[in-house]
Amino acid sequence: MAGDTRPVLSARGLAKSFGAVVAAAEVTIEVPAGEKLCLIGSNGAGKTTFVNMVTGYLTPDAGTIELDGETITGLAPRTIARKGICRSFQIPQLCIELTAEENMLVAIAAAEPRGLSFWADPAAGGRDARARELLDRFGIAAMADRPVSEMPGGMRKLLDIAMALARRPRLLLLDEPTSGVSAEEKFPAMDRVMEAVSGQASTIVFVEHDMDIVRGYADRVIAFYSGRVISDGTPDHVLSDAEVKRYVSGGAA
Amino acid sequence: MSRTVLVLVAAGLMAALLLIGLALPRWLLFLVTLAASHGIVSVGILVIMRGGLVSFGQGLVFAIGGYAAALSFTQLGITDVIVLILIGTAAAALVGAAVGPLLARYTGIFFGMLTLALSMVAYGVLIKSPAVGGSDGFNIPRGTLFGVRLEGAGGDYALYALAILVTGIAATAVALHTRSARGLMTRAIHGNGLRVEYLGTSVQSVMAINFTIAAALGGLGGALTIVALGHIEPTFAFWTQSGEFVFVAILAGSHSVTAVFIASLALELVRSFSNLYFPNTWQMALGLFLLAIILFLPAGIGSLWAGRRKASPSSGGETP
Amino acid sequence: MQLALTILMDGLIYASWLFVVALGLTLVFGVLKILNIAHGSLYAIGAYVAASMVTLFASWGLGGHFALIAMLLAAIGVALVMGPLMERYLLRLFYGRDEVVLLLVTYALFLILEDAVKLIWGVNPYYVSEPYQLFGNVAFASLFYVGYDFALIGLAVVCGIAVWFALNRTRSGKVVLAVIFSREMSASMGVNVDKVHMIAFTLGIFLAALGGAFTAPMISVQPGISVSVIIVSFAVIIIGGLGSIEGAAIGAVIVGLARAAAVHLMPEAELFSIYLVMAAVLIFRPEGLFQRAAARKI
Ligand SMILES: Nc1ncnc2c1ncn2[C@@H]1O[C@H](COP(=O)(O)OP(=O)(O)OP(=O)(O)O)[C@@H](O)[C@H]1O
Ligand SMILES: [Mg+2]
Repeated sequence: MAGDTRPVLSARGLAKSFGAVVAAAEVTIEVPAGEKLCLIGSNGAGKTTFVNMVTGYLTPDAGTIELDGETITGLAPRTIARKGICRSFQIPQLCIELTAEENMLVAIAAAEPRGLSFWADPAAGGRDARARELLDRFGIAAMADRPVSEMPGGMRKLLDIAMALARRPRLLLLDEPTSGVSAEEKFPAMDRVMEAVSGQASTIVFVEHDMDIVRGYADRVIAFYSGRVISDGTPDHVLSDAEVKRYVSGGAA
Repeated sequence: MSRTVLVLVAAGLMAALLLIGLALPRWLLFLVTLAASHGIVSVGILVIMRGGLVSFGQGLVFAIGGYAAALSFTQLGITDVIVLILIGTAAAALVGAAVGPLLARYTGIFFGMLTLALSMVAYGVLIKSPAVGGSDGFNIPRGTLFGVRLEGAGGDYALYALAILVTGIAATAVALHTRSARGLMTRAIHGNGLRVEYLGTSVQSVMAINFTIAAALGGLGGALTIVALGHIEPTFAFWTQSGEFVFVAILAGSHSVTAVFIASLALELVRSFSNLYFPNTWQMALGLFLLAIILFLPAGIGSLWAGRRKASPSSGGETP
Repeated sequence: MQLALTILMDGLIYASWLFVVALGLTLVFGVLKILNIAHGSLYAIGAYVAASMVTLFASWGLGGHFALIAMLLAAIGVALVMGPLMERYLLRLFYGRDEVVLLLVTYALFLILEDAVKLIWGVNPYYVSEPYQLFGNVAFASLFYVGYDFALIGLAVVCGIAVWFALNRTRSGKVVLAVIFSREMSASMGVNVDKVHMIAFTLGIFLAALGGAFTAPMISVQPGISVSVIIVSFAVIIIGGLGSIEGAAIGAVIVGLARAAAVHLMPEAELFSIYLVMAAVLIFRPEGLFQRAAARKI
C-alpha cells in the first residue's frame, strides 16, 4: 500500500510575491493519486499562481515542488509537461489561426516520444483519428476543420482542455474549466469534462468558482485567501468553514 | 495537395523548365539561374517566417556559402560545381547550427535585429579582409561538371539546369517539411509559443533547427550564385542584399514555394530594367512595393492560387 | 592612466549622442511596442537637414552660435513633419497586426527613406564642421578636448533628465506611463491612446533627429550612416532592456566605452566589441539589464 500513501504532487512552503502583492505564502499542498482536488478562492486569491508554479511558468520565491518524489521546482513548463503534469488555462492558450484538429495534432505531435518528424504527415499513422476522438469526447468534433478564430469561447475552453490530455498526464490541472459557460450549462459542461477526462487522467486539480460544481465534483477542497491556504478538507468541511464563507463563498453556500 | 502529387508536380515543373531552357536566349537563361539561386535563399526566410520571425540578415549565410565555395575554388582548386555547392551549403549550415540556438532565444524584434547586426558585422569584416579581396571581392573562373568545363552556351545551359534541379529539389524538400509534424509545430509556435512549450516541445530548438535549414538554403543560394556569376564581393552580406531576400519572401507569401521563384524572377527582371528607369531609387521602389503588398496582398502572390484557407490574416482576434 | 582617461572620455562622448538616439528608440518601443528600424534613417535625415540649415543660416550671415539654433530647428522640423506623417498615415494602418508585419513596415520605411535621402541630398558627403569649433578647446587633466564634445555630453544629460522628468513627474507623463503599462486598461479609463501614440512617436523621432543634427558637425554626413546608427542604438537598448530610460543610459555608456577601448587597443575589433558586450549581456540577462521579465496573464 506504500504506493497509495505517496502523493503524486507534493508542494511544500511555496511563496511568491509580485512587488507588494503576495500571491502565495506558505502554500503546502499534497495531492494523492486518483484524487479530484478543487481550488477555490476569490479573485486574486492565488489559485492560478499555484497552478503556474506547479507547471513551471512561475518559479516560486521559496518552497519545493515534487512530482512522485522527484523535485521539479523551477523546471521549464516543457520539462514538467514531459514528466507528466499538463494543464489547461483560464484564458485558453490556442493557435487561433490553426483549425481545432490542427491544434489537437500539434498536441499529439508534441507528445510523440520519438520527437518531431521532419517528413511524416502529422495526421498520418492514426493520429488524425486520435485527434478526432479527443475532439469528439468534448463534443467539438463538428468544428474540427474550422480555424479556432471562428470558434465560440466555450468551445475554445474545451479544446484547450482536450489539448492538455494528449499526453495522458499523470496530473492534470484545469484552471476554471467552466468559466465563460452560462450558469445553467455549467453542470452539463463539467459532466462532459469529467467524463472526457476519465480514462485519460485520474489525478486532477481544478479551479472553480461555482460552489455547487465544487460540491458535485470534488473529493477534496482547498480554499485560498490572499495567497494563503485557509481551509483544506472535504467539500462539506471546507464549505461550511466560517472563514471560507466570509472570504470565498460570500455566504451563498 | 497530397505529398505524392506535390512531388510529381515539382518533378513536372522542373522537367518543363529544363525543356523551356533549351529555347531561352542566353541572357534570360542567366537571369533565371540567378533568380533560382536567390529564390532558394528566400525560401529559407519563409521557413523561419512561418514561426513568426523574420531574418533581416540572410545575406550573412548567402555570403558564407558564396565565400566558402569561391575560396574552395581559388584556394583549394576544387572546380566541380556540385562539390562547390555542397561545400557552400555545408559551411552555411554549420554557421547556422552554431548561431541558431543563440538567436532562437529571441522573439521577433530581437531576432530580426540580431540577424541584421550579424550580417553587418560580417560585411564589416569582409571589406577589411584583403586576403579575400577586400571590398572588391574576387573573380572565380567557370567551374566544371563531371570533369567537363562549363563554357559557352552549353555551359550556361548546364548551369541553368543545375540551378533548376538543385533549387527545385531543395524547395520540394522544404515543401514536404512544411507539411510535416515539425512544419505544423512551427506554425503553432507562431500562433502561441507558450502553449507549445506547455505541450512539451522546446520552441527554441524548433526555431534553431529552422534557422539552420534556412542557413543551409542561404549557403546553397550563395554557392550557386558565385558559380553562375563568377564573382563574389562583400555586398553579398550587405543589408540591401538581405532586404531583397526578405522582399521576395513577402511578395511570394508562405503559401507556395513556387511563388517564391516567380517573385524572385520578377525581381531579377525588374532589376535588369531598373537601371534605365530608376537607377537611384531601387531600394525606394522595393520599400514602396513591400508596403503595398503588406497592405493589399498580405498573404503574398502565392495566396492567389494556393490560399488554402481564407482565415483573414488580420484576425488578431484573441491575444491570449 | 593616460590611456584609460582617453578611453573614458572618448567613450562618454560617443555614448552621449548614442544615448539621445537610443532614448528615442526605446521610448517609441515602450509606448507603441514597435521597434522602428527606420529610426536610424531619421537620425540621418536630422543630420542632413541640420547640415543644410547650418549652411543656409551661414548664407544669411547667421554664423557662430546661430548654427546651434539651426541644428535644433532642424531636429524639431524633422520631428514635426515626419513623426505625425509616419505614425498617423502609415503605422496606424497596421496596429493590431502581427508583430512581424509591423517590423516589416518599418523596414520598408527604412528602404524608402534611404533612397529618399539620396534623392534629396545626393551621394556626396556633407561637411559642416564650423559649429564643432564653437566651444573652443578644453584642457582636461593634461589632455585637450574639443568643447563641443562636452556640450554634447551636456545635451545627453539634459535630454535624459527631461524625458525622465516629463514621464515621472508630470500629469501627461503619467498618462504615457499608463499606456506603456497597459494600452487596453488606459483606453478603458478614457485615455486618448491615439494621441499618446502620436506624441510619443514624434518625440522619439525628435530625439533621433536631434542626435543626427548635433553629430552632423562631427562626422561626414553621407549615405550609410542610418544603418550603422540603427544597429548600434539597437545594441544599446538591448543591453539596457527595451523600453527603459536608465537602461538606454547605461547601455549607451557601456557601448561607448567598449567601442572606445577597442578603437584605442584593438582597432580591428571596433564593431565586434559592441556585439561582444551585447552578447555577454544577453547571455546573462536575456531581457537586458533593466528589464524585468514580465509574465503575461494566462
Ligand atoms: N505575472 C504577474 N505579475 C504581477 N502580478 C501577478 C502576476 N500573476 C498574478 N499576479 C497577482 O497575484 C495575485 C494572485 O493572482 P492569481 O492569478 O493567482 O489569482 P486567482 O486566484 O487565479 O484569481 P482569479 O479568480 O481572478 O483567476 C493577484 O493579485 C494578481 O494580480
Ligand atoms: Mg486565476
